[in-house]
Formats: sequence, C-alpha cells, structure tokens
Amino acid sequence: MSDLMTEDLAQAAADDVLVSARGLGRVFDVSKPWLNRVIEREERVFLTAAEDVTFDIRRGKTFALVGESGSGKSTIARMIVGLLRPTSGAVTVDGVDLFRSGDIAGQTALRRRIQMIFQDPYASLNPRWRVGDIIAEPIRAFQLEQDAKAVRARVGELLEQVGLAAIDGIKYPHEFSGGQRQRICIARALASKPEFIVCDEPTSALDVSVQSQVLNLMRDLQRELNLTYLLISHDLSVVRYMADDIGVLYLGRLVETAPREQLYEAPRHPYTHMLLDAAPRLDAFGRTAESVVGEIPDPIDRPSGCHFHPRCPHANDRCKTEAPARLVLGPGRTAACHGVEEGRL
Amino acid sequence: MSDQALLSIRDLVVEFPTRRGLLRPVDHVSFDIHRGEILGVVGESGAGKSMTGSAVVGLIDRPGRIAAGEVLLDGEPIHRLSEDAMRRVRGRKIGMVFQDPLTSLNPLLRIGDQLVETIRTHLSVGEAEARKRAIAALDEVGIPAAARRIDSYPHEFSGGMRQRVVIALALAAEPELVIADEPTTALDVSVQAQIIALLKRLCRERGAAVMLITHDMGVIAEATDRVAVLYAGRLAEIGPTPDVLSRPKHPYTVGLMKSTPSTLGEGGRLHQIPGSMPGLRAIPNGCAFHPRCTKRFERCDKERPDPIPVGAGQIACWLYDPAEGDRHAAARAELAGAGSDPAAIATAEAGEGAA
Ligand SMILES: Nc1ncnc2c1ncn2[C@@H]1O[C@H](COP(=O)(O)OP(=O)(O)OP(=O)(O)O)[C@@H](O)[C@H]1O
Ligand SMILES: Nc1ncnc2c1ncn2[C@@H]1O[C@H](COP(=O)(O)OP(=O)(O)OP(=O)(O)O)[C@@H](O)[C@H]1O
Ligand code: SF4
Ligand code: SF4
Ligand SMILES: [Mg+2]
Ligand SMILES: [Mg+2]
Repeated sequence: MSDLMTEDLAQAAADDVLVSARGLGRVFDVSKPWLNRVIEREERVFLTAAEDVTFDIRRGKTFALVGESGSGKSTIARMIVGLLRPTSGAVTVDGVDLFRSGDIAGQTALRRRIQMIFQDPYASLNPRWRVGDIIAEPIRAFQLEQDAKAVRARVGELLEQVGLAAIDGIKYPHEFSGGQRQRICIARALASKPEFIVCDEPTSALDVSVQSQVLNLMRDLQRELNLTYLLISHDLSVVRYMADDIGVLYLGRLVETAPREQLYEAPRHPYTHMLLDAAPRLDAFGRTAESVVGEIPDPIDRPSGCHFHPRCPHANDRCKTEAPARLVLGPGRTAACHGVEEGRL
Repeated sequence: MSDQALLSIRDLVVEFPTRRGLLRPVDHVSFDIHRGEILGVVGESGAGKSMTGSAVVGLIDRPGRIAAGEVLLDGEPIHRLSEDAMRRVRGRKIGMVFQDPLTSLNPLLRIGDQLVETIRTHLSVGEAEARKRAIAALDEVGIPAAARRIDSYPHEFSGGMRQRVVIALALAAEPELVIADEPTTALDVSVQAQIIALLKRLCRERGAAVMLITHDMGVIAEATDRVAVLYAGRLAEIGPTPDVLSRPKHPYTVGLMKSTPSTLGEGGRLHQIPGSMPGLRAIPNGCAFHPRCTKRFERCDKERPDPIPVGAGQIACWLYDPAEGDRHAAARAELAGAGSDPAAIATAEAGEGAA
C-alpha cells in the first residue's frame, strides 16, 4: 500500500498536480444521546460519509465530483479545503499536508490560496454586514490592497465581474434575490485572488441566463488566472461544460474517475452508466428519470461488498461480499468494479 | 375542477420605498392557479419570482409592502389579513418552501421535533401520531432510513437532504396551496423526479394547487401544466407549458429558451441574451425588455404592453397587438422558428396530446 502510494505521488508530481486526496475517509458518529442509548439498549451508530477516496486535481484544471444527494460530495469538499478533519487519509495542496501537525506555517500560507463557495449561499453571508464589507474582508485580512480607496475600487470591480453593480456594495444580503446572493459569494471567493477554488453547487440556485454568465465567467477567470477548481454539481450538463476530469461518487466511495470525454463517451462503471442515462437531455422534455432504478440506500447501513450491487444489473456473488478495489485503467482513469476487473464489462 | 381559482393574483404591485426612490420588484402581475394544477414561474435572477411568492404568504421584508392589487385564496382576499390571521393561513392553507432551505430550519432543534411541532400546530393529532406522520413525510421526500435519522440535527444532513426536509415541513400540515421556491435546485435527477412525483400526487389526489418557482426548464417541462414568465417584475408571457417551452412567443421567452444549458456543447460558449436584466432603479420606459429586444419598434420604448390573450395564453408584447395588423408577421414568424428544436417540440406535443 505504501509503495503504491509513493509511486502514485511521484506520478502526481509529474502531472503537475496541485491537490491530491489519498485514501480520504470520514466517519460521523450519529448515535442517539448516551442516555437514550442506555434506555433503548442501542449500539453506537456510525455513518461513513467518505471512504478511501483517492484522486488528483491538475493545476489550472477543473475536477468535478458528481453523485447522488448524500453521496459525500460536500464532506469531501470540506476536507479538501481543510475545514473538516478526515478520519483517515491525507490531503496535500502544492505539497503541503493540510492536516499533519507541525506544518502550521505552510498551512497558514495556503489559506489565502484556497477558497470555497458553499452550497448554501445565504448561510455563508453575514446578514449584518454590507455586501461591500463582506467582499472587502478577505482583501483587508490578507492586505491585498494599499488603502481604503483601492479596496473600494477592487470591490466594485469584483461586483461587476459577477454581473452586479459597484453600487450594490452598500446593500445588505437580504436585499438581493437568491441568484444575486450566489454571485456575491463568488465575488467574495475571488477577492483573495485564490489559486484553488472549491465550488459546491455554484450555479444550482441560478437561472439559466445567469448560470451561463457565471459559468462563462468562471472559465474566463480560470484561463486568465490559471485557477484550479474542484466543482461539485449534480447537473451533468454543467459538469460536461466545465470539467476536465470527473470523479463519480457512490455512497462515499469513488467508483470511477476519468477525463471528461472518456467518462461521457465510454463510461466503465455501471453506476456511471446509470447516471448518464438519467441525465435530462434536450430531446428528453417531459421524461422523468425512470432509468434510475431502486432505492437510494441508507448510508448508515451500506450494502455489503460493492455498495452498488442491489441496483446493479451486472452484480454477481462476488459483488455481494467483496468490496471492489480501485483499478488504474489509464492516465487519470480508474474504476472500482469487479465486472471491469473480470473483463466482463 | 371548479371555476373559481384557488389562488388568484390581481394586478399585484409590491413596492420598496428607499431613500433614492421607489422600487417595484413586482409590477402589476396577475395570474390564477386552479385546484389540481401546477403553475411554473420562471424568469431571470431578480425578476421578482420569490417576491411574488412572498407577497402571497404575506412575508415581504419591511419596508416593502403590497402597494396595489389583491391576492385571493378561494375567493377570499388575504392580502389585508392581520399578521396573526396570516400566520394561521400559512402552514395550514398555504405551505411555503423557501428558496433558502437553511433559514426555514432551526439549527438547534432536531428535525423530527420541528416536523412534529408543525404537524401538531395545525392538525389535531397526538404526539405519537404526529411522530409517525413525520417519519412518513421524511420517507416520502426520499430520506433513506427516515425512522433512524429523524432525530438528527439539520447540520448532520447533506444540502439536498435539508432541502427535502424543508419540503416535508411545508407539506406536513396538508395545505391546499403549495408555493415551492426552487425546491429541487440542489437535488440530483433521481431525487428530483421523486419530489416532482410527490407534488403531482398532491395535486391529483388531494386537489392541491402548486406554484412552482424554478429556473430549471427540465423541471418545468416535467412538472407543470402552465408557465408564467416574469421579466423585471412584470409578466411577459403565460400559457400552457408545451406552448411556452417549444413555441415561445415573447422575444424574451425565446431568448430564455435558447440559453438553456442542455443546448450547450462542451468547449463552446453558452448562448447569452445580450445585455442583462435592468436593475430595479433603472427599469426602461415602455416595454421593460426593449433595450435587449431585437424585434423592438417605435412603440416599444414609449408604451408599456399589457398581457393580452394570444392562443391559449397571454403575451405582453406589442408584436401581438391586433391594432398593429399584419406588419409584424415576419418578426412573429421568425420568433416562432427560433430557439425551438424539433425533437423538443415533438415530445412536448406528444405530452400535450396525452394530457
Ligand atoms: N428586502 C429587499 N429590499 C430591496 N430590494 C429587494 C429586497 N428583496 C429583494 N429585492 C429585489 O427585488 C428584486 C426581485 O427579487 P426576487 O427575490 O423576487 O428575485 P427572483 O426572481 O426570486 O430571483 P432569483 O432567481 O435570483 O431567486 C431583485 O432585484 C432584488 O434585488
Ligand atoms: N456533521 C455531520 N454529522 C452527521 N452526519 C453527517 C454530517 N455531515 C454530513 N453527514 C452525512 O454524510 C452523508 C454525506 O453528506 P454530504 O453533505 O457530503 O452529501 P452530498 O453528497 O454533499 O449531498 P448533497 O448533494 O445532498 O449536498 C449524508 O448522509 C449526511 O447526512
Ligand atoms: S462490482 Fe459488481 S455490483 Fe458493483 S458495479 Fe461492478 S458489477 Fe456491479
Ligand atoms: S413590446 Fe417591443 S420591445 Fe417589448 S418584447 Fe415586444 S417587440 Fe420587444
Ligand atoms: Mg452537498
Ligand atoms: Mg428567488
């Protein structure tokens, strides 16, 4: 395992990787309070939100994580930016281990370079601050501009970049519509001139016309500033438009990773097939996602073996008992499936 | 379906007095929703969709207020009710799913307790029965192992799970009218399909009416019977869903359909309607869309078009004014041909036939 890991990391360096997740896992204790447990004679209950997640994000590229609601996307995102401590595994950004104690200096220096746009735009904006101050905060904190006037000018520029007006800075968050608040979050994320931005559903609250503006903007900024993105989205057309590499999550495990074209044109994992079949397409108006079969399983009581086996049309006996290992199929391409390993898929 | 609409909005105007003038996020909007019907509301960010929903349930932030027009629920005006009376209507008769799921959940209370409280406030059932219903409600919105997770706190749920809890809360007291503001934005297709099926079932089985605010045209296509398109606080177009989606008539709706991301190819850029929607401080004279409209003519920047009946719907655009005669026939034909791809029309028409 450790041999594989060093080899892996050497390869990562060669590919100009900015962010690496290695064997990342997170378990939550979701037991009832102690007293209830004693009275009701219940065991402690654990929920595995992420398990053994390994992937690389190349510098200047976009890596997208897709998967059903509750599959662990936000949990992984929060570990990748250092907001949530993993139960196991490691995250390195530009060679700095985010969680290893002893590298406080390296970790602090990284803070400005990493930003996150959260899934709940409202919850992440302080309602008592004017929008201009919200956006100015990182500029002031990291002393990116010389004086108050320069800060104001930069704030106005950021507001305009996301399709709002400079004068909007004097308003409070509640004076904006849902989509406008999301754009404020994006402006704030850009304020500290980060190199790596984790975007958790950055456009899901936006209508199509603003969504296209924001996506085009994110791509333009990426090109101009050589930004690296981790993009989380349930919208496969957005992912297709934005991502260079894609990872597919199922119940906390990464079941497939692949460069965009390969994933959309030649998916290997049966779950990826199912996801792509269910995606709404232009010619599919009026259709519901019938192609997604079976219940979304319980993350506390995940199915044995391959978690996907109850919904998989290719499951065999081995799938029910043995968890499939991560197979490297090519550059940036992995799959965790017995069917693929056995050559039957 | 009885003749009287369950919800009737008449010439609604919402105003915000500010130091630098009066803002009108909702400007003379009228529409009806009947029992058993799902009305979709679409429009660019800031168009006034949420504000219209908030006006119906009497939850406009101060100093904003309903300045004109009326809101009728089952024929009864509700826009002048006292705050107390309105609180009873909300929850029991109108269930509201707010755009921001977190603000509707109390972070300090377990999810089950919040559901049980809502159920017991509005329905006369005991604690045990309320808890049973709460579990059923969570189950219905697709929370796996609902019985085991009902005692979680909101932060222990994922974004999409919280969004579904908010839906369960809005439906818990079995309201007649459901206003759902972007209820499925953070949900993947399979969960989304489940929520849409649930809303449709409410309409079919309980005769509820739903106002569904969303920017997702796929959801509009699947879920709604009719669609209203808002632009800068005004109604641009309203009509049966297949008509509006595949044969949009208003120049703005045509542009909106073209920028739907399902039409994007990788690498290419998304279609953007030139310009952007005006801010509330700078609504253009005449037709609010005129600076961005490729079909505008002399009248458009002088007179404001009101919605007029066209086909099975209504359009607020001078091109369709009978007084203009045939002089815009070519422009209308071009709009009819633009933006709608044949496959979409075919499926929408098939859907229309089946309905
Ligand atoms: N409390 C407020 N004070 C002043 N203006 C407000 C207030 N709340 C909303 N607005 C403005 O009213 C307009 C309509 O807002 P609304 O929230 O209805 O938009 P929306 O159509 O729901 O947009 P979105 O799709 O982004 O949610 C926007 O221009 C917004 O900035
Ligand atoms: N603090 C927590 N305590 C307990 N369980 C948690 C906590 N945070 C997340 N979980 C659980 O972990 C699982 C994964 O959650 P996560 O938020 O990562 O999902 P997600 O993929 O982002 O889903 P969505 O698309 O709905 O946002 C869920 O079952 C969730 O309930
Ligand atoms: S391991 Fe088996 S059950 Fe899992 S996806 Fe592959 S074939 Fe299906
Ligand atoms: S009224 Fe004139 S400006 Fe407005 S949409 Fe119609 S043609 Fe365009
Ligand atoms: Mg999430
Ligand atoms: Mg809104």
